[in-house]
Amino acid sequence: MNKMVRIFMWVLSLILILALVGCAPKQTEVVTIHVLTMDQAGLKSAEIDQIARDFEAQNPDIKVVMEYVGYDYVHDKIVLGMAANPPAYDAAMVDVIWPDEFIKASYLLDVTNRVTPDMKSGMFPASWNGITRNGKVYGMPWLMDVKYFMYNTEILQKAGIKAPPTTWEELVDQANTIKQKDLAEFPISWSWNQKEGVVCDFTVLLFGNGGSFLDASGKPAFNDEKGVQALTWMKQTIDDGLTNPSSIASDEMAVEADFLAGKSAFAVNWLFQYSDSNDATKSQIAGKVAFAPMPVFAAGASAGIKGASVDGSSAFAIMATTPYADQTWKFLSYLASNEVQIKYSAEMLPVWQTDFEGEALNTLLASNPNNSVTVPAFLGQFPYANERPTVPYYNEASAALQLAIQEALTGVKTPQAALDEAAAKWIELAGK
Amino acid sequence: MPDNSISNPKKRLSLRKQDERIAWLLLAPSLLVIILVTVWPIIYSFILSFFVAPIGINQIRTFVWLQNYIGIFKDPAFWETINRTLYFTVASVTLNLILGLAIAQLIHSHPWGWKFIRFSLIIPWAVPTIVNGAMWRWIYNGDFGALNGALMQFGFIKHYVPWLTLPSLAMPLVILADTWHTMPLIALILQAALAGIPEELDEAAAVDGANAWQRFWKIRLPLLRPALLVALIIRTVEAFRVFDIVYIITSGGPASSTITMTFLTYLYSFPYGKQGTGAALSFIISVVIMLLALVYIRLLYRPEEN
Repeated sequence: MNKMVRIFMWVLSLILILALVGCAPKQTEVVTIHVLTMDQAGLKSAEIDQIARDFEAQNPDIKVVMEYVGYDYVHDKIVLGMAANPPAYDAAMVDVIWPDEFIKASYLLDVTNRVTPDMKSGMFPASWNGITRNGKVYGMPWLMDVKYFMYNTEILQKAGIKAPPTTWEELVDQANTIKQKDLAEFPISWSWNQKEGVVCDFTVLLFGNGGSFLDASGKPAFNDEKGVQALTWMKQTIDDGLTNPSSIASDEMAVEADFLAGKSAFAVNWLFQYSDSNDATKSQIAGKVAFAPMPVFAAGASAGIKGASVDGSSAFAIMATTPYADQTWKFLSYLASNEVQIKYSAEMLPVWQTDFEGEALNTLLASNPNNSVTVPAFLGQFPYANERPTVPYYNEASAALQLAIQEALTGVKTPQAALDEAAAKWIELAGK
Repeated sequence: MPDNSISNPKKRLSLRKQDERIAWLLLAPSLLVIILVTVWPIIYSFILSFFVAPIGINQIRTFVWLQNYIGIFKDPAFWETINRTLYFTVASVTLNLILGLAIAQLIHSHPWGWKFIRFSLIIPWAVPTIVNGAMWRWIYNGDFGALNGALMQFGFIKHYVPWLTLPSLAMPLVILADTWHTMPLIALILQAALAGIPEELDEAAAVDGANAWQRFWKIRLPLLRPALLVALIIRTVEAFRVFDIVYIITSGGPASSTITMTFLTYLYSFPYGKQGTGAALSFIISVVIMLLALVYIRLLYRPEEN
């Protein structure tokens, strides 16, 4: 082929290629957002994945990649993720105890101006409290959770117990009866391993005895007489063979496993345990579980304490350095929307207080068989949810308290000595 | 044609220099990656250890010179953690060596099925540490664990024991889980070294009247010294730095009885958000490991035997 023909062929090819490229449909830019959450309480991962797919169907320019880890790993993954720029996650679940630390670290985006009046007035005020500091909002409410007291109705019936306990002292009496009748080797299960779960349970008992974490001047008060009594009671139930000794190494999933296997008669756990307990594919006690108001100590009841539990709510926060704040907020708004929360209310009750009033309440109750039980339980227990201290150094403070409780439960130190050491650590941390 | 490379020294050097230059050019990309990924983070961590460095974006870092180190050395929890870590290291390495040597010797004696034994050693070693930790956590489970089941079946216990709730037992159980996972590497290293020892030495000693123990102690063990040194250093470094198996089985509990140095470093760096202290702890770990390695080399390394 001569040179002119070759040149002509090259030029023709180039024109054809350019023409084809010009005719190609224009690609819309799809933004991918990464969201981190726990695969424990609240909705199951398969449900959240479905919500993400439904969102993507309505928003084809946004792709959502969810990542699920156990609760105990979320905090560290957020810290690691924020070391990158852009961050590894555009949004993450933030537990009620983390906002102060993360706000101080400038991790969370201020979304005050993105919150609509409907959201503000429609959702429970308590759901905003967890992620609002100095008037600024740092996330979207997601899960309002509290520890519940659940019991196995069949075991109580067989033991001849007519009603669940209203005080922890009554619980001990009932547990003894159940044990003596060989209905359960260890009637009570707790999550007392050396993680945040043990502090949650201690919160329930401490406040149920009329105690508190801090006094009016902000100094530690959990090592006073009331705190020591609560911790002593915890140890005593193990020594008396009423609390499963494995509780010292158990988390909430282990408590659920014990309870669903019918090995314990009483269990203190988050709401997720109830729907799992009625799932016959997982539970040997389906249909035999009931809620009761969380007991308090007799001394606490005498002092006017009507109820005591612990707030375990969480929100979704947008990471401050994300380049996709708008798209992420859009997804979080969908996630927390009324329609989505009603649809999946079997696992997690809505954060919308409007769903608990009038006709909306009937809709909520009818949307799932469990709701006729869980809704009254939530309305009865949540008002008594107590907060753990909201301080930036909470993780280190909690670690000191976890160690103290474990040392007391394992007999390494007396409850007083252990709590005194933890209190000293809290004072040291507050002073830094 | 004359051989210029021999008769012309200047050209020989120039060719050699050219080779070196090409070698450096070819190595440069890898070296750059190593410097960026390994050397620079080490230097950066070392610098960070002299600062109060809270986690966060645009956080103020305060230069405190040696205050992080002084604060660590003044903390009783640090000394308890060092003791615990040394206990873990000594116990784990000792078990590794004794069991590893015994199994290596067993394989070396070529009993029936010795190839299967050697092959099956790979299995515990190949299991990822996280999986190993999760498996042993279930074995030790106080309500459903296989250990309780087996001991109850053989009549050693009357009731299930909550193993991982006992501070005095938790660390030995973690050591056992770690040994199951890491001993195969030692066994294979020592077995390969045993295979390299000439049989004639053993036979000659036997002819001279040495019994099996004497042959092992006087002939095999000294000749195994280089391999033992390698195994000791590898295992000591790994054992002192142990983290993942503790994280998975006990998360440092019960009552902090299984918190090791690296776990403490993790706690300060992430949950507590004190990266300066975390960096200081990581350097203390490095210094201790280097000292241990120096001790081994001093005690065991004999250049003339190589």
